[in-house]
Formats: sequence, C-alpha cells, structure tokens
Amino acid sequence: MRRVYGFHGGIHPAENKHQSLRSPIRDAGIPPQLTLPLSQHIGAPSRPLVQVGERVLKGQMIAEASGYVSVPLHAPSSGTIAAIEDRPIPHPSGLSAPCIVIDCDGRDEWIEHSGVADFRDCEATELLELIRSAGIAGMGGAGFPAAVKLAGKPGASIRTLIINGTECEPYITADDILMQERATEILEGIAILRHLLRPEDVLLGVEDNKPAAIAALEAAAAGTGVEVVTFPTKYPSGGEKQLIEILTGKQVPSGGLPADIGIVCQNVGTAVAVSDAILRGRPLLSRITTVTGEAVAEPQNFEVLLGTPMQYLLDLAGFRPERCERLVMGGPMMGFTLAGTQVPVVKTSNCLLAPGVTELPAPPPAQSCIRCGLCAEACPASLLPQQLFWFAQGKEFEKLEQHNLFDCIECGACSWVCPSHIPLVQYYRASKAEILLLRRDHERAEQARLRFEARQARIAREEEEREAKRAARKQAAEKRAQLAAAEGGEDPIQAAIERAKAKKAAQQANGDTASPAPAVAPLDALRQKLAKSEQRLAQGREAGEDAKIINALEATVTRLQGKLAEAEADAASATEAETR
Amino acid sequence: MAELIAQYPLLAALVALVGLGAPFGALLGFAAVRFRTEGNPIVDQINAVLPQTQCGQCGYPGCRPYAEAIANGEAINKCPPGGEAGIQALADLLDVEAPPLDAEHGEEKVKSVAFIREDECIGCTKCIQACPVDAILGAAKQMHTVIVSECTGCDLCVEPCPVDCIDMIPLAEGLQAWHWRLPEPASRNLDIIATDSEPTERAA
Repeated sequence: MRRVYGFHGGIHPAENKHQSLRSPIRDAGIPPQLTLPLSQHIGAPSRPLVQVGERVLKGQMIAEASGYVSVPLHAPSSGTIAAIEDRPIPHPSGLSAPCIVIDCDGRDEWIEHSGVADFRDCEATELLELIRSAGIAGMGGAGFPAAVKLAGKPGASIRTLIINGTECEPYITADDILMQERATEILEGIAILRHLLRPEDVLLGVEDNKPAAIAALEAAAAGTGVEVVTFPTKYPSGGEKQLIEILTGKQVPSGGLPADIGIVCQNVGTAVAVSDAILRGRPLLSRITTVTGEAVAEPQNFEVLLGTPMQYLLDLAGFRPERCERLVMGGPMMGFTLAGTQVPVVKTSNCLLAPGVTELPAPPPAQSCIRCGLCAEACPASLLPQQLFWFAQGKEFEKLEQHNLFDCIECGACSWVCPSHIPLVQYYRASKAEILLLRRDHERAEQARLRFEARQARIAREEEEREAKRAARKQAAEKRAQLAAAEGGEDPIQAAIERAKAKKAAQQANGDTASPAPAVAPLDALRQKLAKSEQRLAQGREAGEDAKIINALEATVTRLQGKLAEAEADAASATEAETR
Repeated sequence: MAELIAQYPLLAALVALVGLGAPFGALLGFAAVRFRTEGNPIVDQINAVLPQTQCGQCGYPGCRPYAEAIANGEAINKCPPGGEAGIQALADLLDVEAPPLDAEHGEEKVKSVAFIREDECIGCTKCIQACPVDAILGAAKQMHTVIVSECTGCDLCVEPCPVDCIDMIPLAEGLQAWHWRLPEPASRNLDIIATDSEPTERAA
C-alpha cells in the first residue's frame, strides 16, 4: 500500500454524483447538424482544410493544426460541409467564433483507417505524431494538446506517469463511468503512454468515492505494474498539482511544470483517446459528457459526437426548461454559464449541468471582506486569497505577482467558503488577464522603441554617408586642382573660370555674326529629313503599302515642307538684316 | 610634535582637515570618472513607462525626446496614448501629483492600427517616410501595406497620404482579446437591506 500525502486546504462540497450514475453510458446518436469550433483547445485555432459543400467522411481531417501548440479537427460523422462561419461557442464570454458546420447524412460512413499493428515496434516520435494528428487535447477540462505535454522538455526524463481519475468536482461522473465501463481501454492507453515515456512507476489516482470504478480498474490493472491509488475525497484533489502532491508528496515549483520534477499527468479520458488513436486508428470524434441537474428528468452520461448541440443532448435527457434558470458547462465550482442551448459539445465539455432554481441559486450580493481568513485555510495552492482580493481591487499588479497570483488554479474553493459571498475567483481571473495584457503591451512598446531607435540610427547613418560622400568629392576636386597646379602651373578651376569669361566676352564682341551660323545647320537638316521622307513615300507607293501608312507619310512630307519653307523665310530675313 | 600642536592648535586642525580632505576628494573625483553612468538613467526609466507610440502628440519628435523633456521638468500629462494609467505610472515614478490629461494634446482613444486601402494606393511612399517605426512596407509606384503587428497606431501616416487611402481601424474585441472583467462594484452592498435599495421611498 502506497503512502498517500495530503495537500493544504480543500473543501467538501455536496457531491451530487449518484444522480447521473444510475444508468450506463448511452450513445447520443447522430444529430442532424454538427458545429465544430476551430478552437477547442489551448493554443492556436486550427486551419480549415475543407470547402463549403464538400462531402466529408467520418474521421476525415477537416482542419489542421496551425502551430506547435495546436491540434487538428476531424469530422465526427459523414455528411456535407454546410458552412464555415462564426457561431456561438461554449465560452465564458458568450462570443461567437469560427466553426465548421456539417450537415450529417446519418450514414456514418468511415474514412479508411487502421491502427498500428504493434505499438511496441513504433518509435516515440512516430507515436507522438499519431497522437497529434488524432486531434487529442487533454480531456480533463483545460484542453491542452496531449502530444505537446507528452513530448515534454528536451533532456527532462519522466520518472512518474500519473493518470488522473480523480474527478473531484461535484456532479461530474464522466470519468467515473468511463473507468467503470472501459477500464481495459484505459489500461491499453496507459500501456502506450508507458512505452512512450518509459517512466519508473505509473500511478492511477482515484478518489475513494468511486468504489465501482476502483474495483474495475484494479481488476484490469492486475499484473500490469500500474498501481491504482485511492485517497480520501476532497475538492480539488483532481487539480494536476494537487494530485501530484497527494501521490508523491512533491510540490511542483511555482511557475514550473510537473515535467520539471519528472512527472507527467494525463486524464483517464485522454488515455482512452490515445488507445483509440493508436490501436484502432480512430481520431478524437466523441467524448463522454455528463448531463445532470434537477432540470433534466434522466441525468446520465452520454457518449456524444463532438459538435452536437447542447439542446439535442438536453432533449435526450428529458430537459424541463421551466425548471432551469441557467445552463452550466463543467461543474458548479469551475464551470461557466452558457449563453444559449445551441452551443456545441467540444473536446473539453465533461459536464452539462442544468440545475434547478433552488439547486444552484445565483450567489447572494457580495459583502465586505471581514478578514476571517477562511479562504486562506481553504486555498489548495497555499495562497492568501484575502490579500490578493485587496490588491486586485486596488489594481496593484506588482503586489499581486509578488503574492503568486499566477499559482492560483481558479478552483473556487475560496469563493465557496467566503461568508461574505465575494466572487473572489472572478477578481483573480480579471487581474490575471489584466497583467497578461499589460505584459503584452509592454512587450509591444519595447519592440516599437527598438524599431524607432533603429530607424533614427539608420536615418543618421544615411545622412552621415551623404555628408561623407560630399566631403570626399570636394577633397578629390581640391587634390586635382593641386595636382594640376603642380604640373602645368595653372589652376584648372581658375582656368575654367577664365575660359568661361573669354567665351562670354567673345560672344558679346561678335554677338551679331554668331546667330546666322547655327541657323544654316537646321535648314540643311530639314532638307535632308524632307528628302528622306519623300524617298520613303515613293518606296511605300511602289510597294503598294497600306493606305493608312501612305497617308501618314504624305502628312509627314507636307508638314516637313511647311517647316522648311518657314525656316527658309526666317533665314532669308536674318541674312537681309545682316546685309543691311 | 605634541608641542607643536599645543603651540599652534589652529594650524594643527587645519593641517589635519586638509590632510583628510585631499585624499578623500581625490578618491571621490576618481570614482566620479571611473564609475560614470552613461546618459541620464531617469530618462530611461521615464522612457520605459511611455507607450512608445512615437506619435508626437506631446509636441516632441518621439517618446524619448519627451522623456528627456520630462526629466528636465516638462509636464507629465501630454501623452494621450498613455492615458490616465500612463500619467499615474509617471507620477508614481517621479513622486509627484498626477494631473489630468492635457486636452490640448488630444484625448485617450481606443487602440487602433493603420489600414491602407490597397487598390487606392498610388505608391507615393509618403506614408513610409512618415512612419516612425518602419511598419509600412512598399516601394515607389508599388502598392504599400501596413505590418499590423508593428503598427503603433500613431496615425502619422494618415496626414501625408495624397489620396486619403489610410484608415485607422480600432483593434477588434474578438475572442482572443476577450478577458474576464472585475466584478461590478455596484453589485456589492446593494439589495441586502430592502429599504437601502429604494432611497426615494425612504426619503418620502
């Protein structure tokens, strides 16, 4: 029996898990239309590969990853692409984002696919590429691309692989039912991850409120070397850093990653997705989603195609809208309210909670902080929530960072225990966003400064170069002058000035005789031109050229004749004036 | 020696003080030369706070010249792109009162970037010469375009364009730009006591 450790703080909210565990996983079937947001994960949105009107098959890649931290997207069922446009997506902002919409034909035709014969023969890079191209993003809730996490940092060796089957948040049972029904697939996935990472031990952490899942996992894990570890139920023991502390007693350093202490953590859902992708060649097309709450008649777990509208799922579970005040994706602690029922199920939709009016009422108005310190006792990251709250109110971002705001996992334990009902997590989220925004602005300002300075330097340099060239020319001229003075005894500049002077004087002296001389030259030129044109015209006529060309040539000849006559008259008057 | 000091106490004190002063003075003088800081460090600090838009709305040709002017006693409220937050940061840095933004130099606007309507561009390169951060790409008689990631939104390129084909487009509030806001302070302390939320009735 492995020793389990504890972590600081934590709370024990009502679990409310039994409601949705009464029936096995139900296949939600194929809805008439699927809406697939291009951004279902952390990182860059994927890039569409299909056109509107194109027919796609189940499992066909319809959008590719656009960067290292990104995953591709596959068609969850066969059909035609109805639109690629902005649609409402499940996001706390309630905004729309680009989505690919598929009109399903109901035939569910698969694209040709096959798994690898034996993953033990595969190189790690090959397996990683398969995981990446299967579009697997972390199924626990954050949706971090699995391949990026598994690739890890170069040089860092992984000693412990932790599989997270904790599912500590109330109401959600998607992982629980997955572990009960598909323990063998989870173990297959774990075997692949083991082959990939080659850790010393593999721990499968499950909270002790899931006895059926533990029994199923222990049966499946017998003799495989995978250790199923159970520990007391406490929220939020499913948080990555908390689970690591529970299982190993080690803390992930502030601002660091689990890989820094030789640990990688993956969700059980991700393990199943990995086994599907590698052994059966099936990309991530569906997931298990819990539909629960007082406003649905039959709370249960569905195996649902990605992109299925929430309304479709709610109808299957017997939704009673009159009882429901709001719709939450995720659990009551970390989930967010959805803008409408038309938003689709995405890779991170582990739960759809339709609470009754009295079940999850809107929080009462916040009152002043009384400095009771309950939040500091509850904080699983050992932070000082009340201090952070004061700094967030005063927008003292530097102090917030000094008090390790970025170690906050936004679990909501502090808000849950707060007797003044202060929405603490919202303060932290807003402050985090504000700090990130400021950092980005600062980076941009720094870049603009560098570019401005580079430009100034360039302009100064160009000016300098021009100045240098001018100076060089001047110097060269002076040198030439000196040389000439030394050789011929005459300064060329002075000589040039004198030449110009002499010319001017000469012009003034015989100003009258100078003018007719050049007048004769243009006369001769004109005569020659005329003769040439006439010759060309004669040739043209003989050859019987196009009428247009003949006309043009004739016009040229007449024009030249006119000009010649004018010039001759001018010359005549000039000679007349001269003789007079 | 003792006799000498006893006889001329004034002289002895003088000699002692000069004897101390001269080497220390030399030491300080050497340190001032040896550890001299290049430039004015306060200017760098002020420059780091300024938004580096290089728009010249303050009346100086760029952010650094304005930072130098502030270091020499210029008012700190002449930077509209920095806005109230920028003035506050400058006031904190310089330990002075934060005055409101000087309206004479413009008002705080939404962040925007320049956009060239490319089919109307005649390729005159005037905007390229005006851009303080080299964010416009193009050549003579070739279509120009703005590198959005480098544009500071200073709108210095709008004025010189002879065909008015440059627009300033506000940065969109899309999904990437969205973030959580602080809870509304109005939601606090209201509706707790029924009579508090209806001040008119109470007054009557």
